[in-house]
Amino acid sequence: MSTDAQDLEKLTGQEYKYGFVTDIESDTVPKGLSEDVIRMISAKKNEPEWMLEWRLKAYRMWLKMEEPHWAHVEYPAIDYQDISYYSAPKRKDGPKNLDEVDPELLATYEKLGIPLKEQELLAGVAVDAVFDSVSVATTFKGKLKDLGIIFCSFSEAVLEHPELVQRFLGSVVPQGDNFYAALNSAVFTDGSFVYVPKGVRCPMELSTYFRINSLGTGQFERTLIVAEEGAYVSYLEGCTAPMRDENQLHAAVVELIALDNAEIKYSTVQNWYPGDKEGKGGIYNFVTKRGKCAGVNSKISWTQVETGSSITWKYPSCILQGDNSVGEFYSVAVTNNRQQADTGTKMIHIGKNTRSTIVSKGISAGRSQNTYRGQVKIMKGADGARNYSQCDSMLMGDRCGAHTFPYIENRNSTAQLEHEATTSKIGEDQIFYCNQRGISTEDAVNMIVNGFCKEVFRELPMEFAVEAQKLLGISLEGSVG
Amino acid sequence: MLEIRNLHARVEGKDILQGINLTVRPGEIHAIMGPNGSGKSTLAGVLAGREMYEVTEGEVLYRGKNLLELEPAARACEGVFLAFQYPVEIPGVSNTYFLKAALNAVRKYHGEEEYDSFDFLALVKEKMKLVEMDPSFLNRPVNEGFSGGEKKRNEILQMAVLNPMLSILDETDSGLDIDALRIVANGVNKLHTSDNAAVVVTHYQRLLDYIVPDFVHVLVNGRIVKSGDKDLALHLEDHGYDWVKDIQESVPERV
Ligand SMILES: Nc1ncnc2c1ncn2[C@@H]1O[C@H](COP(=O)(O)OP(=O)(O)OP(=O)(O)O)[C@@H](O)[C@H]1O
Ligand SMILES: [Mg+2]
Repeated sequence: MSTDAQDLEKLTGQEYKYGFVTDIESDTVPKGLSEDVIRMISAKKNEPEWMLEWRLKAYRMWLKMEEPHWAHVEYPAIDYQDISYYSAPKRKDGPKNLDEVDPELLATYEKLGIPLKEQELLAGVAVDAVFDSVSVATTFKGKLKDLGIIFCSFSEAVLEHPELVQRFLGSVVPQGDNFYAALNSAVFTDGSFVYVPKGVRCPMELSTYFRINSLGTGQFERTLIVAEEGAYVSYLEGCTAPMRDENQLHAAVVELIALDNAEIKYSTVQNWYPGDKEGKGGIYNFVTKRGKCAGVNSKISWTQVETGSSITWKYPSCILQGDNSVGEFYSVAVTNNRQQADTGTKMIHIGKNTRSTIVSKGISAGRSQNTYRGQVKIMKGADGARNYSQCDSMLMGDRCGAHTFPYIENRNSTAQLEHEATTSKIGEDQIFYCNQRGISTEDAVNMIVNGFCKEVFRELPMEFAVEAQKLLGISLEGSVG
Repeated sequence: MLEIRNLHARVEGKDILQGINLTVRPGEIHAIMGPNGSGKSTLAGVLAGREMYEVTEGEVLYRGKNLLELEPAARACEGVFLAFQYPVEIPGVSNTYFLKAALNAVRKYHGEEEYDSFDFLALVKEKMKLVEMDPSFLNRPVNEGFSGGEKKRNEILQMAVLNPMLSILDETDSGLDIDALRIVANGVNKLHTSDNAAVVVTHYQRLLDYIVPDFVHVLVNGRIVKSGDKDLALHLEDHGYDWVKDIQESVPERV
């Protein structure tokens, strides 16, 4: 948090310099989805014809698709015609000030030490200070530009780097991949674009810019990251502060492409508003994240800490196409109160000697439901492929549920697959042991849970890991004793 | 320091402790012996505040306070230490982290400044010498993968770091080899002062050769049926518990 928060604080304290204030009224597209609406979105973003065509193609596919219902989650039917598909960053119908925001949310902000101004932003308060994301972006971009790294908003990439976007967009998650991906492809608002050229190691974690830019564009994000031959990039998504958004439905798409000897590390801390204790007002998060290890010896690693949202439907996956390529998935999913999470990964082994590692830690408390769903698929040609999967669940209390669905499909006899799964209850004896050494129950739970998640936190960039640990404690507060 | 009066406790609706009376003064070491299932660990658990035990009668005064009213963590902070018969594993949490969290929780309770990593490490390394424990144990997860004897030694390390007023050692000697027994006993002796006290639960006279008790009590069916000096332990070693079991219905002797 620290540096980001400071940057933000500095920023919000600054005079408004480079204004791009958009007229709220003119930026609101009527509710509902149609070809006209898509044309309107595309026109507002000044998109070239090919981009519009791509969206329309997705829309036509989406019309023929059905909402999937195989996940272990329950929610009232979504009326897709009752959603506004273009959200202006500043909305009038949000809370007017912090007094109108859920006090529990505010208490959490307090605990995370988020400055007041930023609290307002995160809670979706219609703040007066115009938030200037451009200047931060410029500082970063200067440094990155020298290295030939492109890091910009997706909209900007469409205009400035059409050849790259056209070459890679949809190459990992095609428009018709699934219901939500199709929807996203039709109406995505914005997101990030990263391109790291051949042989370049991105010297910093790419994050701050995204975080600022993502405010208000959270609903249908589109992210595309390309690492050329021998390139390396580490990307951080999200932030630990619970973000409020009146858009209940979120359907993001993230595509990663690693060419020969390239490596992409993608870390997420997802903490969208989970709703109140009864789950009211929480976000439905239906995400499609997939990476393609297209080149030999390439590596894609997903690390996620999921604590927010009322419903999470998310399976960051890896297509291991290049020989000797490596896919990793490290996940902590925490559910409390009425939250439901159905998350996991898919590892598709195509190339020879491809390796994948899955470490999933699910923690359920309250009346929540936490599901791990993973698939390991070994194709015919994947000689010597190896997978190691470990899925551990921890239950707090006896009204929650943990479910594990590992699917394995092996078409190559030389493959080696290992799967371990455990389910444990947070031990009354562990807590008592801590108590007996003077440690309070709250701290004990925190300690035990963080110990349980250690293997995943270890994969997170340092500052992120510290935040994630703190966050976990807060998410589970009051769930034991 | 500790005064237990007519303590009755039950677990799962079953009466286990049936009127325990025991007084422990500063500087004393008390040994509690008794057959399996007689309630020794229950007594230790009740004193430490384990929730599953329900106190149905009696009272416990600890340094002038009503011990039974305090939360388990507060009891620990007030200086009550229990070395567990079965130490608990906490995967993913390093021994150092755990010890430091414990020590700082206790210090904070007393309004003392918390230790930083440097001071803490210096302290813990010093204490490790006391129980002849290898520093490599610091980075390992709490008790995970420790041998039975190593776990017991780790309990005494925790005791050394926390420096409690009243230590209750529940069969700390079981699972220790002969050398480890001597080392652990020496550690306990070095930590013993005229200000603190220890209650040592054991089945074996052997431990009491090293840790010499001022009093030995025999617990049978939830009562102290016999109390004496260290010779009582020797007598038990030779004659078993049968002879004391016969006197269990009579009024227990008070120390
Ligand atoms: N959670 C529990 N549920 C049911 N019975 C219990 C429970 N805990 C203890 N008991 C019973 O209480 C009695 C006393 O147990 P306790 O562990 O105090 O014995 P002990 O004297 O420490 O024995 P040992 O020498 O074997 O350690 C035993 O009969 C035991 O089975
Ligand atoms: Mg016992």
